[in-house]
Amino acid sequence: MKRKTWIIPSCFLIAGFLMIVLGISRGEHHTVLEKAIKICLECIGIG
Amino acid sequence: MVKKKKRPGKIRLLIQCAFGALSNGHLIGFKTGKIYTGALKVLCAPGMNCYSCPGALGACPIGALQAVLNSKQYHIALYVFGFMTVMGTFFGRLICGFLCPFGLVQDIIHKIPTPKKVRKLPGEVYWRWLRFVLLGVFVILLPMIVHNLFGIGDPWFCKYICPVGTLEAGVPLVLLNPALKDAIGWHYAWKIAIAVLILVASAMIYRPFCRYLCPLGAIYGLFNRFAIYRYHIDTEKCVGCGACQSACKLEIPVWKKPNSMDCIRCGECRHACPTGAIKIK
Repeated sequence: MKRKTWIIPSCFLIAGFLMIVLGISRGEHHTVLEKAIKICLECIGIG
Repeated sequence: MVKKKKRPGKIRLLIQCAFGALSNGHLIGFKTGKIYTGALKVLCAPGMNCYSCPGALGACPIGALQAVLNSKQYHIALYVFGFMTVMGTFFGRLICGFLCPFGLVQDIIHKIPTPKKVRKLPGEVYWRWLRFVLLGVFVILLPMIVHNLFGIGDPWFCKYICPVGTLEAGVPLVLLNPALKDAIGWHYAWKIAIAVLILVASAMIYRPFCRYLCPLGAIYGLFNRFAIYRYHIDTEKCVGCGACQSACKLEIPVWKKPNSMDCIRCGECRHACPTGAIKIK
């Protein structure tokens, strides 16, 4: 029973880390960084 | 005699303040009106923390999600969804309770004495689904589908709804930059109106933004059932007295639904339980 409770979180963790790695390999982190280092005018209500 | 759990309020407040200060540690930004532009911003903050806040050291996950979805190259945001999946699997909405700066703001405002505190709105169950509608429509669909001539979309949630950006970034940046001050118009007024409405509501209703509007809370809430940090009811100890629900500011019947999507893991229910039946798994 105890083992079963770990199956779903483990699957999610593996999937999550896999998505991060795939996202980085596609260069998505550059898009995040580019957006985050500029003032987002839409976010602050100007734009 | 059941050993009473320590009240988590003060420790939680300390953690919230410490994490809020840590994630907004670019203090010079509050003086110069310029945001941090270092490499740390490639990482998402776990809670709602606008990346245009002068102090922000990380990216807002909801803003980052929209930035990837509305860009020309990508239509799926694996990096940000992966981050949310990992954080959600470890903590679920514990992040909302302990690590979200806007949650802290709402908690503090709720401490202001008001003639009446509203525990729930009429049709509360339905209002709580609104955050999923906002997540689906404003965070995912509209940024993915609606693009301009150059193939770039808007961050719809940030642009039209998010009070976090208004409060953490809009207000300080406009106060510190005369050029931005000159540029404000109806859009800024709209965002200020939403932020003021939510802040005023926070005095009467506990965490209205988290309950009804937060798309990040909606995502983390989906993980509450499966998260490594989750609650478990010891059925041999639970007497069904409902003390947990009475103590819960979000009106959750914890003894029936210990891992409700609405639970922010503040821990008040564990403190209130007379038999110590609410355990952490």
